[in-house]
Amino acid sequence: MDLLNALVALTNFVVIPGLAYGSQLALGALGVTLIYGILRFSNFAHGDTMAFGAMVTILFTWAFQSMGISFGVLPTALLALPFGIAGTILLALLTDRTVYRFYREQKAKPVIFVMVSLGVMFMMNGLVRFIIGPGDQRFADGERFIIKARTFKQMTGLNEGLAIKTTQGITVITAIIVVAVLFWFLNKTRTGKSMRAYSDNEDLALLSGINPERVVMYTWMIVAALATIAGVLYGLDKSFKPFTYFQLLLPIFASAIVGGLGNPLGAIAGGFIIAFSEVTITYAWKKVLNYSLPDSLAPDGLVQLLSTDYKFAVSFAILIVVLLFKPTGLFKGKAV
Amino acid sequence: MKKLLMATAAAALTAGTAFAGGHAKEVKLGVLFGFTGPIESLAPAMGDGAELAMAEVTKSGKLLDSATVTPVRADTGCIDNGLAVANGEKLIAEGANGIIGGDCSGVTGAILQNVAIPNGMVMISPSATSPGLSTMEDNGLFFRTSPSDAREGQVMAEILKERGINSIALTYTNNDYGKGLADAIKTSFEGVGGEVTIVTAHEDGKGDYSAEVGALASAGGDILVVAGYLDQGGLGIIQGALDSGAFDTFGLPGGMIGDTLPANVGPDLDGSFGQIAGSDSKGAEIFAEMAKEAGFDGTSAYAPESYDAAALFMLAMQASNSTNPADYVSKILDVANAPGEPINPGELGKALEILAAGGEIDYQGATGVELIGPGESAGSYREIEVKGGKNETLRFR
Repeated sequence: MDLLNALVALTNFVVIPGLAYGSQLALGALGVTLIYGILRFSNFAHGDTMAFGAMVTILFTWAFQSMGISFGVLPTALLALPFGIAGTILLALLTDRTVYRFYREQKAKPVIFVMVSLGVMFMMNGLVRFIIGPGDQRFADGERFIIKARTFKQMTGLNEGLAIKTTQGITVITAIIVVAVLFWFLNKTRTGKSMRAYSDNEDLALLSGINPERVVMYTWMIVAALATIAGVLYGLDKSFKPFTYFQLLLPIFASAIVGGLGNPLGAIAGGFIIAFSEVTITYAWKKVLNYSLPDSLAPDGLVQLLSTDYKFAVSFAILIVVLLFKPTGLFKGKAV
Repeated sequence: MKKLLMATAAAALTAGTAFAGGHAKEVKLGVLFGFTGPIESLAPAMGDGAELAMAEVTKSGKLLDSATVTPVRADTGCIDNGLAVANGEKLIAEGANGIIGGDCSGVTGAILQNVAIPNGMVMISPSATSPGLSTMEDNGLFFRTSPSDAREGQVMAEILKERGINSIALTYTNNDYGKGLADAIKTSFEGVGGEVTIVTAHEDGKGDYSAEVGALASAGGDILVVAGYLDQGGLGIIQGALDSGAFDTFGLPGGMIGDTLPANVGPDLDGSFGQIAGSDSKGAEIFAEMAKEAGFDGTSAYAPESYDAAALFMLAMQASNSTNPADYVSKILDVANAPGEPINPGELGKALEILAAGGEIDYQGATGVELIGPGESAGSYREIEVKGGKNETLRFR
C-alpha cells in the first residue's frame, strides 16, 4: 500500500507533468530540427511562430464559441486547430517568399540566416502582440479533468491523489499521432524521401532532379503545422501569453541540440530529457521516500537535490555536458 | 546630454521652489505606480484614490492661496527599476512637489535611493511593505501609509494559529517584497510554534510551475501560503496545486488579495483565507462611499492608503505653509498623529481650515492613519476569506 502511494505521488507530480511538458517541447524541437536539417539554419523565430499559430487558433476558437459550436468534452480549440495551422502556413510561406528566398538565392552563410530569423522573430513578436495583446488569454473549455485527485483518492482509498488534466491527455496523444504521421511521411512518401535526400546532400539531390523550392515549401508547411500544434497544446495546458512563448525558445533549442540538431528522433528524446531533468532534479523526494522506505530510514529533510530556483540551470548544464562530450548530440545530428 | 538633463531638472526644481515661495497657484503631485506589470489590476484604483483626495482639496480651495492640485501619473512597471527611476526623474523635471509612490517594494527602494534622496524629494508610498524599507537610510524623506510586512507576518501567524493550522508550505515571488514577507511569515509562525515545511521561490511570468508545485507538495503541510502576486506566478502556483490535488486551501497575503483571483481560479478557491492592510475605522466606509460616487472601487487593495498618502502631502504643505519638500517634511508626522482634531475622508477642507488657523489635526483618513517609528503605518489588517467566489471580510485585527 505504501509503495503504491509512493508510486502515485511520483506519477502525479513528476511523471505526468513531465510527459506533458516533454511532449510540448518535443513538438517544438521537431520544428527547429527540421528547419536545421533541411534549410540549414537555427530558426530563432520558432517560438513566435508557435505563438502566432496559437493566436490564430484562439481567434477561431472564440469565433466558434460565440457561434455556439463546441466539441463536447474536448476543448473547442481542437476544432479550430486546422484553421490555425492554415493561417500559420500562410505566414510561414509569406516570410519564406519575401525574406528567406532572397538570402537563399544569394547562397548566404548560415549565420546570416540566423540573424535574419532573429529579425523575423521580432516582427512576429510584434505582430502577435499587435493583434491579441501582451496579456494572458484563456481559451480552454470542455471537461477540465480526465481524473481528479479527490475522485482518485475516493476510488482507490489511497492517501495520495492522482490528477490527469484533459489537456495533458490530449497533449500526449496528439504528440504520439503527430510524430507517427511525421515519420511515416518522411520515410514512406515521395516528398518525404526527397526532403531527406535534400537534407543529406543538397547537390546530389539537385542532380537527381529534386525541385529545391518545392522541398523548402513542404518543409515550411510541416514546420508551421508542428509549431501551431505545439503552441496550441502548450496554451491549452498552461495559458497563452506571448512572452512565455518567447521564453520557450531556450528549452526548445536545448532539446533539439541535446538530441542532435537535424535528427527528428533526437528532438523527441531531447524534449523529454529536458522536461524530466527540470522536474526530477528539483523535486523534493521526501514524500516518495517516506512511503517507500521503512520508518527507520525515512528522511527528515526534503531530499531535494537543487532548489527549484535552479530549474533552468539544469537544462543548460545538461546542454553543456552533451556539447562537451558529444558535440553532435545524443542521436548523431549535425555538428553545431 | 546627462549634464543638460541634470541642469534642466535642477532648473525645473528651483522653478518649482521659487513658485512655492510666492505661494503657488498650482501644486503638482506625482502619482508613481505600476500601471503596467504584476499589480496592474490594482494600480488604477490606487491612482484614482490619490486623485480623489487632490480633487477634494482643489474643490475646497483652501490649500495655501486656493491652489489647484494637479496629479501627474507615471509608471513604475512594479518590478522595473530602470523604468521607475527614469519616471521618478521625469516627475522631478516636471516640477512635482511630492511623489506618491512607488508601489512595489523593490522599485520604491530604487526611486528613494536614486531620485528622492539626491533631489531632496519626499515620497509617501501607499503600498511598499518590505521590512527592508524600515531600516533603509532615507534622510527622513520616506513615509508609508501601509504597515511593514514584518507586521503582516505576525498577523498571518496569529490567523493560522487560531484556525488550528500547525504546518505550512511557503512559496514567494522572487523579489524584495516576496522574500521579505516570506521571512516575516516564517519567523512569526515558527515563533508561535508552527512548522514551515519548505520555503521556495517562484519566478513570475513563467508558463510552467509543475516543478515548484511538485516540491511544495512533497514537503507537505496543512495549507500552502503563497506570498506572490495575484496576476502572475501566484495564480499559476495556485492553479497548478489545485489541478494536481497538492493543496486545497491557500493562505493569501496582501499581494494575492483582489477580485481577479477568485474569478480566475473559480469555486475551488473557496475556503482559502488571508489578510490585507486595511482598517475598520469609520474612514474606510466613508471612503468607499466617496469612491463609489467617483466611479471606482474604494475597497480595492491599497486604494484607501493612496488617498491617505495624497492627503498627508497636502495637509503637511498647509501646516508648513510651503510646497517645498524641505519645509513640509517635518510636518507629516504632526498632521498624521495625535494630538488634534480627528479628520476623516471628505473632511480635508475642514482640516485645511484648522491648519490655516494654526490649530492641530490628527489625520485618520481612510485607514486610521497612525505613523510610527521611521514613518510607517502601525498596521491594522482586514482578515479575508474567499466565500462563494468573493473575498469576504471577516474582521479586522
